[in-house]
Amino acid sequence: MPGARPDTRTGLDLSSMNQAAAEIVQFDNVGLRYGAGREVLADVSFTLYPGCFYFLTGASGAGKTSLLKLLYLAQRPSRGLIRMFGTDAITLPRERLPGFRRRIGVVFQDFRLVPHLSAWDNVALPLRVAGQSEKDIAKPVSDMLEWVGLGDRFQARPATLSGGEQQRVAIARAVIARPDILVADEPTGNVDPEMAIKLLRLFESLNRLGTTVVVATHDLHLIRKVPDSLIMRLDKGKLADPTGALRYPPRRPMDGSQGADGPLGGAGLP
Amino acid sequence: MKRLASTLRALGGEGESRLLPEARLSGPMPWVIAIMIALTVVAAASALALRHAAQAASADLEGGVTVQIVSAAPAQRQREAQAALGVLRQAPGVVSATAVPQDELDSLVEPWLGTRAGDDLDDLPIPALIDVRLSGAATPARLDALRKAVTAQAPAARVDAQSSWLAPVFRAIGALQWAAGGLIALFAFATASAVLLASRNALGTYRETIEIVHMLGATDVQIARVFQRSMATDAAMGGVVGLLAGVVTVLGLVRQFAALGSGMVAQGSLAWTDWLVLAAIPVAGVLLVMLTARLTVLAALRRMV
Repeated sequence: MPGARPDTRTGLDLSSMNQAAAEIVQFDNVGLRYGAGREVLADVSFTLYPGCFYFLTGASGAGKTSLLKLLYLAQRPSRGLIRMFGTDAITLPRERLPGFRRRIGVVFQDFRLVPHLSAWDNVALPLRVAGQSEKDIAKPVSDMLEWVGLGDRFQARPATLSGGEQQRVAIARAVIARPDILVADEPTGNVDPEMAIKLLRLFESLNRLGTTVVVATHDLHLIRKVPDSLIMRLDKGKLADPTGALRYPPRRPMDGSQGADGPLGGAGLP
Repeated sequence: MKRLASTLRALGGEGESRLLPEARLSGPMPWVIAIMIALTVVAAASALALRHAAQAASADLEGGVTVQIVSAAPAQRQREAQAALGVLRQAPGVVSATAVPQDELDSLVEPWLGTRAGDDLDDLPIPALIDVRLSGAATPARLDALRKAVTAQAPAARVDAQSSWLAPVFRAIGALQWAAGGLIALFAFATASAVLLASRNALGTYRETIEIVHMLGATDVQIARVFQRSMATDAAMGGVVGLLAGVVTVLGLVRQFAALGSGMVAQGSLAWTDWLVLAAIPVAGVLLVMLTARLTVLAALRRMV
């Protein structure tokens, strides 16, 4: 894990500008309801720090996908405050949204690949959107497809790919532009365990380069594979944080204060 | 057509064009645009030809003045006609003054009065006519001056500008020109409406893709540009077909009217600059389609998060 992660117990102080500058995402009493329905998220407060690896867990319907939608700016909250990259994301002018979104990589639960584009073009999409030239994107896209094991299927349309292959394309697309935050909704749900571990290693590699990673998953085995990760657990729209890991990030195992079986490794798991 | 489409796509940036599928104007839209362009070409050609006809006739009649000697007595009519001729030929600004021969007068009234045996047109009090050409336009002031000079010597004389006889015709031509302009505006409005509907339809079809591309950080302008380029490609193809159909129709009409042999109609042919104007209509159509598509897509995107 990079040194950017705080290694001291630091409580939330929303009035502190210095604190805000060190945080990549900050939620304060955020609530979300769709239409006139009940709140699917209520009083959600947490802080994500640069370069940390987070797992988001919770039962089905707990609000994980809704929380991720807020994180990748696909949804505005009904109440509360959200700061991203040191800026108020709620009052962010519409014309600045694309710039923020380019800093966020997203792996959608349903992949959301563009059906008319090949695997290669889907992976190239974030780079093209960012205005990179065809010459500059050719190698990174090909390398990324090779890495996720789809080098020979680069011309395939999503409809001809299996669920696992689509998921790998979606992951490749999410990480190709080296985002500041990677948000992944059940990213390994359709791949075999071996590929799941491989993809997790990709996320960790990205994380080591400074990307904050947030992975929503039910897979406890997967969570245990990243002992340095922090865990957020959602329960009926509320953020449960029994270990205080979010407000008070624990020390890394190598610091000697906690081992792999501690809150990072599994003690705080649902 | 394929080459034209690929050229247009290349102009817009190959990479960006892959952001969305080619949002072709669905179904009959290119044909609707072709029909609109063809009708606009015909309407514009009509307006231009009418303008030419009016300008040519106006130029012919601009300096023309007709003097009538309205008297029932043939001897007095003859005498006053000679007197009027004398005054007119001495008047400043008069290029020519010619008495219309009696034979020509008889042929003018012949369709109404007939030529049966026993008819004696000489007994009818047909006014004597003098055709006068002025060096410039027959302005009201010049007409008044001529009228005073002529009636002083020929009290039965009536002096009129020839253009006044055709004033209702000019007004009718003007009205037709306005009508053609109105038709062109209506065609443009109908085209914009059709494109608006097609854009909304395409937006609905590709909504999910647009949302994905939005989430990846595409700006509204990037997405709108893809739509407008795609639609411009279809509009260009429709425009070329429409222009060809319109030009063929106009050429056919020009030929038909030329065959009438009427002086005024023959003067209403099109100049080469007019053909350039007609050729610019599809270009204007494509620009209209691009603008409409852009504004429609941008308005729809603004409603997304």
